[in-house]
Amino acid sequence: MSRFNAVLIGVAVVGGVAIWYAAAAKPQPAALGPGGAAPAPAADGFAGFTLGNDSAPVEVVEYADFECPACAQFAVVQMPTIRQQLIETGKVRWRHRDFPLPSHRYARFASHAAHCGAEQGKFWEMHDALFNDHSWAQTGRDPSRLFRQFAVRIGLDARAYDACMESGRQAGRIEASRLEGERLGVSGTPTFFLNGRRFGGRSNASDEFKRMVDSLIAAGR
Amino acid sequence: MRRRQAITLLALVGCFVSLYLWLYKIGIIGSLQCGAGGCETVQTSRWAELLGLPVALYGVVGYAVLFALSLAALQPRLVTSRRLTWTVAALATVGFLFTVYLTYLELFVINALCRWCVVSAVIMTAIWVVAVLDLRAGGNPGALPRGQPTQAGI
Repeated sequence: MSRFNAVLIGVAVVGGVAIWYAAAAKPQPAALGPGGAAPAPAADGFAGFTLGNDSAPVEVVEYADFECPACAQFAVVQMPTIRQQLIETGKVRWRHRDFPLPSHRYARFASHAAHCGAEQGKFWEMHDALFNDHSWAQTGRDPSRLFRQFAVRIGLDARAYDACMESGRQAGRIEASRLEGERLGVSGTPTFFLNGRRFGGRSNASDEFKRMVDSLIAAGR
Repeated sequence: MRRRQAITLLALVGCFVSLYLWLYKIGIIGSLQCGAGGCETVQTSRWAELLGLPVALYGVVGYAVLFALSLAALQPRLVTSRRLTWTVAALATVGFLFTVYLTYLELFVINALCRWCVVSAVIMTAIWVVAVLDLRAGGNPGALPRGQPTQAGI
């Protein structure tokens, strides 16, 4: 092997290792990652993220887990119709609440990514990204890099997103939301409350939501 | 021969630098070493994409092509190929002009200087200088005497 070839191979190896090292997953804050202790709940009274008119006659509160397949199916299949027929028409204000299930390794981490999107005014964009490309929930692999790609794709300031994720500062709000859900008897996801009443219909049928909303409006409640 | 070897090595290093910036741009790499600083500003600006693709990706492809061509030009059966010399010089010129344009954007439009982009600019400039020298030398410094008139017009 000539000296030039040796140098070339050396540069290729060093460059490849450097790129691989740089791309290695970043550590997750303990309160967000698998096995981390539950953080202290925030006491700032944060009530979740809303979509729709503040003066809508019906409020739907959804307790959701970003890693939950049923939540993803609801978000992808039912939610577009609900947005079009109920939210955009001013009938419903939708409120998202986090309810990360303990059986899901990255549910808190995903909720935190959505909250970090919210810090830049893009909660719903991050919400949609996390549910639309839900393959991360099936692989069991650390999704931190994928979530960061989502953040960049939806136009977040990457440095601010990184700082938010590394700080874990939204974990308290997520825990407060989960505890609130527990107090209301939530045990699985998605769970819905329409004007404070638990929705007993099938979450995989947007027309049931529509019927329920219409009946609440007709009853003036 | 040494000039072509230099181009090959520089293109390989440039390819890694562009790859690093591209992976950062698409979110695979979390933070840049030696301080992101201006890189964050540059990479999140609207100038960081061209025709819907990250500018850094053009760098990866450009350097990869330059690397492949200059490596091919080192092969014994192609070492006298004038066409290959011209192609490398032409591609290096396009890369150099693109680098000048990007540096202008950084300095006068975005008002932020990304140090990794500066590294890439230095590499591309060096490749262009060496490619032009190779062209002026007749594309085959091992076979042609130095100073021989050439058709190089750059």
